[in-house]
Amino acid sequence: MKEIRVLSPVGMLGYGFPAESFQKGLEKKPHVIAADAGSTDAGPHKLGAGVGIVSKEATKKDLTLMLTAGYEHKIPVIIGSAGGSGAEVHLNWTLKIVKEIAKEKNLHFKMALIHAEVEKAYLKKKLAQGKIKPLGPVPELTAKDIEEATRIVAVMGVHSHIKALEMGAEVIIAGRSNDPAMFAALPIKEGYDPGLALHLGKILECGAMASTPGTTSDCMMGYLREDYFIVEPTNPLRKCIPSTVAAHTLYEKSSPLHIIGPEGVVDVTGCKFEQYSERAVKVSGSKLKKSKTINIKLEGASKVAYRTICIAGVRDPIMIKQIDECERHVRKTVLAYFNDISPEDYRLIFHIYGKNGVMGELEPQKEITSHELCLILEVVAKDQELANTICAFARSTLMHYSYQGRIATAGNLAFPYAPSDIPTGAVYKFNIHHLVEVDDPDELFSIEMVEV
Amino acid sequence: MTKEVSIVDLVKVIRSKNAGPFELTFDIIFKDKLTYEKVKKSKVITKELIAKLYHIPIEKVLYFVEFDPANAIKATIVRPVDSGSIGETDVYGAQQHAPLLGIKIPYEE
Repeated sequence: MKEIRVLSPVGMLGYGFPAESFQKGLEKKPHVIAADAGSTDAGPHKLGAGVGIVSKEATKKDLTLMLTAGYEHKIPVIIGSAGGSGAEVHLNWTLKIVKEIAKEKNLHFKMALIHAEVEKAYLKKKLAQGKIKPLGPVPELTAKDIEEATRIVAVMGVHSHIKALEMGAEVIIAGRSNDPAMFAALPIKEGYDPGLALHLGKILECGAMASTPGTTSDCMMGYLREDYFIVEPTNPLRKCIPSTVAAHTLYEKSSPLHIIGPEGVVDVTGCKFEQYSERAVKVSGSKLKKSKTINIKLEGASKVAYRTICIAGVRDPIMIKQIDECERHVRKTVLAYFNDISPEDYRLIFHIYGKNGVMGELEPQKEITSHELCLILEVVAKDQELANTICAFARSTLMHYSYQGRIATAGNLAFPYAPSDIPTGAVYKFNIHHLVEVDDPDELFSIEMVEV
Repeated sequence: MTKEVSIVDLVKVIRSKNAGPFELTFDIIFKDKLTYEKVKKSKVITKELIAKLYHIPIEKVLYFVEFDPANAIKATIVRPVDSGSIGETDVYGAQQHAPLLGIKIPYEE
């Protein structure tokens, strides 16, 4: 029977996984070990500021186990969306860690670095050619957006990973990658069904999340055969059942029926999820519909402001009843006091926990029933100094506002911290979330071979 | 006999999460096939209901899909602000599901 085995040790490189689970996975003789190291989930800051989501030490710990195993068993190790966002700075950060590990453990291998950061001049040309369109509910792209982005990455599919494997890479450290790509690349290269391979990749990219009890911090094994695949967690304390695997198929996606990527659309409408053995689930019926043109997703982030926050509690019931009036008063007073500053240059935001702090305008419950509130006064402004200044003024105004019926005249706010005001630095926004049509993915992704 | 049953008693999972930085998606996964089919037949959970529960115009409900293989109903809406932008309250979108917990289903015993 034809079969290829893919080991996913962890749902996010640096989240950590049990060494015993990993060992159990290795005993199944995987043909490749792969992991996802990135996501847009934590917001635009990582891409914008060029930082990661996990610590260097945690990444090193996970990578040490993976690289050592790959070296001993002579199987490729593939990391996608390196460093969190997969731009150059993230790739270099990961490369440094890989080199440290190789030196300490005396490992030697052929490594492919796949670059995913996009040059602005290239994108402007594509824009002028009408080859860029919005992805989801976002506006049309402008040259100004491209100019303002601090970093832009393109999201690669299996194409570049396969190419790196064909060039003899034993380790692949790839920039921004479509989540299933690292897991599906070797199977597709070996001639397995791409629809099934990509669907398997979608399940494996979160580690053992599609099992019960689910977690991203444990290992999952994928077995791809001719017309179905099987997934099974390697930790005997977990198991896959059809509902956990089916549920994961729709996780974090707009529509459950289609898994969309650079290769086209995987249609899972006619999928079957069946119990295969006690802890394993069999999936069949996923079909790839190749797209006529090659459309690659672009992600860009731009710096839009600087932020200062102040956290404070309110316990006085007379004030809680008038919290909206207190907010109005602070807004009015800030506007009047800073009449020499354009209101365009800053924004004052009240997060009122106990009222609608979590859901904001989506909150259906209008009445406050809590005996205490947590306020976060947030000021975003064109520079840090202005954010600090306005936050301090808003805080002192609210602290001493004499609202209707006030009998607690010492102060209105309980600060858990001194200093009460916390500058948090630059604020970013995803200003590019578009598709670019290319003739060849190689236009965007270059492969650099390195001997380690 | 028909009675009203809280959706919380009929599901395994109700959750919200980002689907990319610009969309928020809700998954309602029922306990079993029978329950799922009954809820589907009741036609209580619709695109219109999602719009009503979140006080948004129906055009902002981008997808509404019944997914039989998972015994699940899924809806995706436009995020109030894009993830992590100014005005954000929930970067991962993981705590926006509460209004769904109040859904009641007329249920035949």
